[in-house]
Amino acid sequence: MEQREAPLLDVRDLAVEFHVGGTVQRAVQGVSLSLNRGRTLGVVGESGCGKSVTSLSIMRLVPQPPGKYAGGQILFDGQDLLTLSESEMRKLRGGRIGMIFQEPMTSLNPVYTCGHQIEESLSVHSGLSKKAARERAIEMLDLVGLPSPKSRVDDYPHQLSGGQRQRVMIALALANDPDLLIADEPTTALDVTIQAQILDLMGELRSRTGAAVMLVTHDLGVVAQTCDDVVVMYAGRVVERAPTADLFADPQHPYTVGLMAAVPRIDTAVGRLATIPGTVPPPWSKIAGCRFASRCPLASEQCRTQDPPLRDLSPGHGVACWHAPIEVAA
Amino acid sequence: MSAMLEVRNLTKHFPIRRGVLRRVVGNVQAVNDVSFDVGEGETLAIVGESGCGKSTIGRTLLRLLTPTGGTVALDGTPVMDLSDDDMRQMRRQMQIIFQDPFGSLNPRMTVAETLAEPLLLHGLATRDDVAQKVADLLETCGLQPWHAGRFPHEFSGGQRQRVGIARALATRPRVIVCDEPVSALDVSVQAQIVNLLKDLQAKFGIGYVFISHDLAVVRHMASRVAVVYLGRIVEEAPVEELYATPRHPYTRSLIAAAPRPDPAMRNVRAPVQGDLPSAMNPPSGCAFHPRCPLAQDRCRSERPELRQLGKARVACHFAEAEPVIETAGEHRQSDALRQRLAVLEAAREKEKT
Ligand SMILES: Nc1ncnc2c1ncn2[C@@H]1O[C@H](COP(=O)(O)OP(=O)(O)OP(=O)(O)O)[C@@H](O)[C@H]1O
Ligand code: SF4
Ligand code: SF4
Ligand SMILES: [Mg+2]
Repeated sequence: MEQREAPLLDVRDLAVEFHVGGTVQRAVQGVSLSLNRGRTLGVVGESGCGKSVTSLSIMRLVPQPPGKYAGGQILFDGQDLLTLSESEMRKLRGGRIGMIFQEPMTSLNPVYTCGHQIEESLSVHSGLSKKAARERAIEMLDLVGLPSPKSRVDDYPHQLSGGQRQRVMIALALANDPDLLIADEPTTALDVTIQAQILDLMGELRSRTGAAVMLVTHDLGVVAQTCDDVVVMYAGRVVERAPTADLFADPQHPYTVGLMAAVPRIDTAVGRLATIPGTVPPPWSKIAGCRFASRCPLASEQCRTQDPPLRDLSPGHGVACWHAPIEVAA
Repeated sequence: MSAMLEVRNLTKHFPIRRGVLRRVVGNVQAVNDVSFDVGEGETLAIVGESGCGKSTIGRTLLRLLTPTGGTVALDGTPVMDLSDDDMRQMRRQMQIIFQDPFGSLNPRMTVAETLAEPLLLHGLATRDDVAQKVADLLETCGLQPWHAGRFPHEFSGGQRQRVGIARALATRPRVIVCDEPVSALDVSVQAQIVNLLKDLQAKFGIGYVFISHDLAVVRHMASRVAVVYLGRIVEEAPVEELYATPRHPYTRSLIAAAPRPDPAMRNVRAPVQGDLPSAMNPPSGCAFHPRCPLAQDRCRSERPELRQLGKARVACHFAEAEPVIETAGEHRQSDALRQRLAVLEAAREKEKT
C-alpha cells in the first residue's frame, strides 16, 4: 500500500449524534477512514450502522437539528469540511464533490427537465455559457448511456425508468469533473440486470475520470466487484478496514466473519445458512465495551467493559477486536 | 396424481382507464397463462424483476384479486368457484406473508391480539386456551413470551417478520404465499428468517409459493423455480437443474448479473443491455427479444410456447442452442473465513451448554 501521497479524503474520529425525544443517539462514533485519488472505498454494514450518516457528514448534509457533529475532522484535500461556511460547502457539493443516492428522486428535481438540472449545475460550478452547458449536458447523458440523449435531455425525471434516472443522476454528479464521488447505495433500488449495467458504467467512468469514489452499500457482492478498499461498520463504528482482497481472503472481526457467512450463495447449494443470532443494539443504548459483545460468542469480560480500538494486524488491515486474530486449530 | 396446489392458466389483466369518463383504453397484461404445481412440503419459487407480475400471481391465486382467467385447486377443491362463505373457510388453508410486515400488522394491536384474532375467528382456540396457543406460536417462531404484550413499532424488522410468520401460521395453513419475505431485511437477519421458514416447512409440511427477486435466496429456499418475465413463465425447473443448466437467456442473465462476493471473480459485466419493457405495451413475439443477444427474426414475430425440455419447461425458440451468456462458475470462499466461522460456531455451541 502506498501511503506517501496525502489522501484526498481523510476522516478522523468523526462523531455524529442525533438528539431525539430526550435521548442521544450516537449514530457515528470515532469513525476514521481515508481515500486516495483514483481509488474506490467501500463502506459496508447493515441497516442503521451509520453508513449514510458518514457519507452525509462528508457532504455536510446531516440535518441539524436533530443531528450534531460531535467531534472529529473531515479533511478534504487538507481542508476541514466541518469548519467551512454553508456557502463554501455549497460550492463543493455538485462541484468537486459529486453525489449519487439510492433514490434518484431525492436529488433530481421533479419540476425541471433532466437537461436543465445538469445545465444549471454546469453554469453554477464551471461557469459555462448556456449553449456550452447544453452541449455538455447532452454529452454527459450520452456518456452515461441514456438512449437518444438529444431528445431525452428535455424529459422530466418521472418520464424515465428507474435505471435511466440513476444514469441521469450519475451524469449530474459527474458533470463538473468531481475529485470525489460519494455514492450511497446507488444500485440498491435497481433490478439486478440494471444494477450490473450501472456498476459497469461507474467502473468505466471512474477509470476515465480518475475520481475517488466512496461507495456505500450493504451488499458484499457489490463491494467485492467494485472496491479497492473496504471499511466494515457496525453500530456506528468501524470494526474492520482492509484492502478488498485481504478482507475477503482473511476476514478478522467476528462480525465480518458472520456477515460474510450469512450471504446466501447463488453459485452452489449449501445446507443451512449461517446466522448471527440476536440483533444490533438500539442506537440510544449506552455500551461501555465492544458493541458487538451481545452477539459475539468470544466476548470476554474485557470485551464487555472496554471498547476495542482499531489496530493494524498487518499493514493496512485494521481490526477493532480484543481477541483478533482469532486462533484457529492448525 | 394431482398436486396439493394446482394453478392452471392463471391470467390477470388490469384495465387502463383514461379521460374524464374513465373509459377503458387498453389493459396491462400483468399475468398471462401461468401454470404450476406445489406439492406438500415443497417450495415453488417465483423469480423475476420488479413489475414482472410476481406479486400479482400470488395475490390472484389467493383470490385477493379476481383473476381474468384460469383455475386454482387446493387438494382438489377449485378455489375460484367457492362462495364467499366457503372462501372464508378456505383462507384458513391459504395464507400470505408480505415483504413489509409493518404495513400488514395493525399498529394498535399487541402481538398477542394479532395472533389471537385468526385463532378465535377460525375456532382454533377458545377464550381459555388462546393465551397458551399464542405462546406456542411465539415460541415456534423464535419470539420470547414477553413479546406478546408489545406493539409492532417496538420490534426490529426481523422480529416483525417473525410476527408476520406467526400470524400466517396460526391457522395451520396448507399453503403460504411468501411475497418477498426477506427482501427488506439485513443479511444476518435474512438468514435467520430463511432458516425459520425452512424449519416450519419441515415440521408442518407447508407448501410455499416463494416470491423473490433474489436468486441466491431462492437457491436456498426452493424445490422448483419459475422465472417470470413480463407476466409469463419463461422457464421452470427443479432448483439444481435451473442453476446448473439455465436454458432461457433471461434466466442466464439473472444468474450472471448477481455480483459474487469474491474479488478474485470480477463477474460484473452487464449480461444484457436495455430496460425492462412496459407491460402496457409488451414487445411482439418473444417479450425478451429487444434485450436478447440470441434474438432472430422469428423471435420478433412468433411467441415461443413454454415447452418441456427434460425436467424443465422453457419458452425460447433456441433453448437447445449453445448458450451465449456466461453465468460465471463457483466462487471461492476463503479458508480463513471457514475456519474462523467454525471457531465462532463452536464457541456459540459451548455458550449454550
Ligand atoms: N435525521 C435523523 N434523525 C434521527 N436519527 C437519525 C437520523 N438519521 C439517521 N439517524 C440514526 O442514525 C443511525 C445511523 O443511520 P444511517 O442512516 O447512517 O444508517 P445506514 O447504515 O445508512 O443504514 P441503511 O443501510 O438502512 O441505509 C441510525 O440509528 C438512525 O436511526
Ligand atoms: S472485542 Fe470481544 S466482543 Fe468484540 S468482537 Fe472482539 S471478541 Fe467479540
Ligand atoms: S425466443 Fe428468441 S428472443 Fe426469446 S429468449 Fe429465445 S432466443 Fe431470445
Ligand atoms: Mg443508508
